[in-house]
Amino acid sequence: MLTSADFATLRLTFQVASLATMLMLLFGTPLAWWLARTQSKYKGIINAIVALPLVLPPTVLGFYLLVILGKNGPIGQITTQLGLGTLPFTFAGLVVSSFLYSLPFVVQPLQTAFSAIGNRPLEAAATLRASPLDTFFSVVVPLSKSGFLTATVLGFAHTVGEFGVVLMVGGNIPDKTRVVSVQIYNHVEALEYSEAHWLAGGLLAFSFCVLWVLYSIVKTPSSIQLHK
Amino acid sequence: MNASIIAKFKLSYGEFKLDVDLSLPSSGITVLFGHSGSGKTTLLRCIAGLQKAPEGYLKINGEVWQDSDKRLFIPTHQRALGYVFQEANLFSHLSVNENLNYGLKRLKNSIDVTLKTHIIELLGISHLLARMPENLSGGERQRVAIARALVLNPSILLMDEPLASLDWERKQEVLPFLMRLNQQLKIPVLYVTHSKQEMAQLADYLVLMSQGKVNATGPISQTLSRVDLPLAQDRQASCVWAVRVAQHDSADYLTQVQFSGGCLFLPMIPVAIGEALRVQIFARDVSITLDISTQTSILNILPATILAISNDDMGQSVVSLQVGENQLLAHITQKSAAFLNLSLGKPVFVQIKGTSILN
Repeated sequence: MLTSADFATLRLTFQVASLATMLMLLFGTPLAWWLARTQSKYKGIINAIVALPLVLPPTVLGFYLLVILGKNGPIGQITTQLGLGTLPFTFAGLVVSSFLYSLPFVVQPLQTAFSAIGNRPLEAAATLRASPLDTFFSVVVPLSKSGFLTATVLGFAHTVGEFGVVLMVGGNIPDKTRVVSVQIYNHVEALEYSEAHWLAGGLLAFSFCVLWVLYSIVKTPSSIQLHK
Repeated sequence: MNASIIAKFKLSYGEFKLDVDLSLPSSGITVLFGHSGSGKTTLLRCIAGLQKAPEGYLKINGEVWQDSDKRLFIPTHQRALGYVFQEANLFSHLSVNENLNYGLKRLKNSIDVTLKTHIIELLGISHLLARMPENLSGGERQRVAIARALVLNPSILLMDEPLASLDWERKQEVLPFLMRLNQQLKIPVLYVTHSKQEMAQLADYLVLMSQGKVNATGPISQTLSRVDLPLAQDRQASCVWAVRVAQHDSADYLTQVQFSGGCLFLPMIPVAIGEALRVQIFARDVSITLDISTQTSILNILPATILAISNDDMGQSVVSLQVGENQLLAHITQKSAAFLNLSLGKPVFVQIKGTSILN
């Protein structure tokens, strides 16, 4: 059965994933909109940067995050000067690294959905007195519903499932940065296979159900891009 | 002409250059006519502000929407226009009624609510209000799109080949409504098309375009009869006359219609006396004679004078004639023209073999 320590990791995982998903939607939506609409020469490089976590070993990302966010890293120095301390081995550090690691899973479905809308509904809205921002919320968002659903589900599920980055940036501190995937690792290391089964099986069931529901609701698989 | 639409634009991309300087009437339907690639759609998009011409001046009924010298460019959503696209572009997540209300909700000044009811009735879409766009036929969709633009009571209605994506049957679902609109609403319409049929049926005023330039402008009756324009040389060349029903002759099954300067007999048409009609007369149906022949089966023989003659390399002549206050085109052979010794100003008679009613 699940121990109270296991429940603590579940709670923490849920908090990290929820917060990271919200941040990804908040920043990922304008980014995806820009990527879907722009003719800028920087589109390629920005796309590549966003997609990097898809191909990098999580340990590479984790390593550089540790370096950048650490006491002597450029961002670490800023956060220290602001009196925030450093981010590694904290809850905030977990959220930040999850955000970067899972961002492509939010940006890409949104970008695909936005591109699919095309120019015509936007022009129609403009001739009907809707400002660009108004058009975004009254036309683009409702027409991209499945894109947002996909982005939210994949962003959340992928954050729940990460291991390498959270282990490196978050560490393995009980109640503070120990998430489910790390807890499973701990159980296995300690040869506590039955505890590992409960958590691992739970995660497996969760991931399967989420994808099943998603693929059942979103009938157009083209708007779901899984790159892993 | 009461010119209250002034549109000057210069723009180029790649090989294409648009360079126009137009004054257009503030009422009726103005058809922008030309082949694809002539720039008519680009011109319409510049007027709507969907495309920004680097050099441009646009004034609609006293309001300046663009003046590049003063760096003025009113964005599309702040222009009091209606736009109908080639595809209906209805919002697929909204019902027909919600589509109609989309623009209404965003108007700064509220307008007479009866206008919406009137437009819905005019376009025959009252039974469709609760439907979603995916459950409409192509013609119904386009009628909803037209209604959606009109309920905003725009100061100009811009239509970009609204029938081009429809098959013949679907076109017939929309065309009669377009003709009715013109009679019932006082909104100037700019209508882009490459269809001669739509042009003849709808245009009051014509703008002929090719390769980004305006070749000719003028009232349809005068412009179609200009022998210097390629339209008059076309096999399907025709003139369009505005006429009024004068009387019905039920014994002979004929209807007499009047135009300024004469009258015509048409096969009987079931419309009330006094009704306005558009009559199309093809140049190939018009022949020229020097005296009224009493021995002919042709009913419509009218006195005319020759305005212009243009010869091609294939033995054909295009002759334009003045009939009353109207102009008419005749396609005849150069041999006949020589035989009749036709010259400018010469009084002749035209025999009209056939006519067709456009509305």
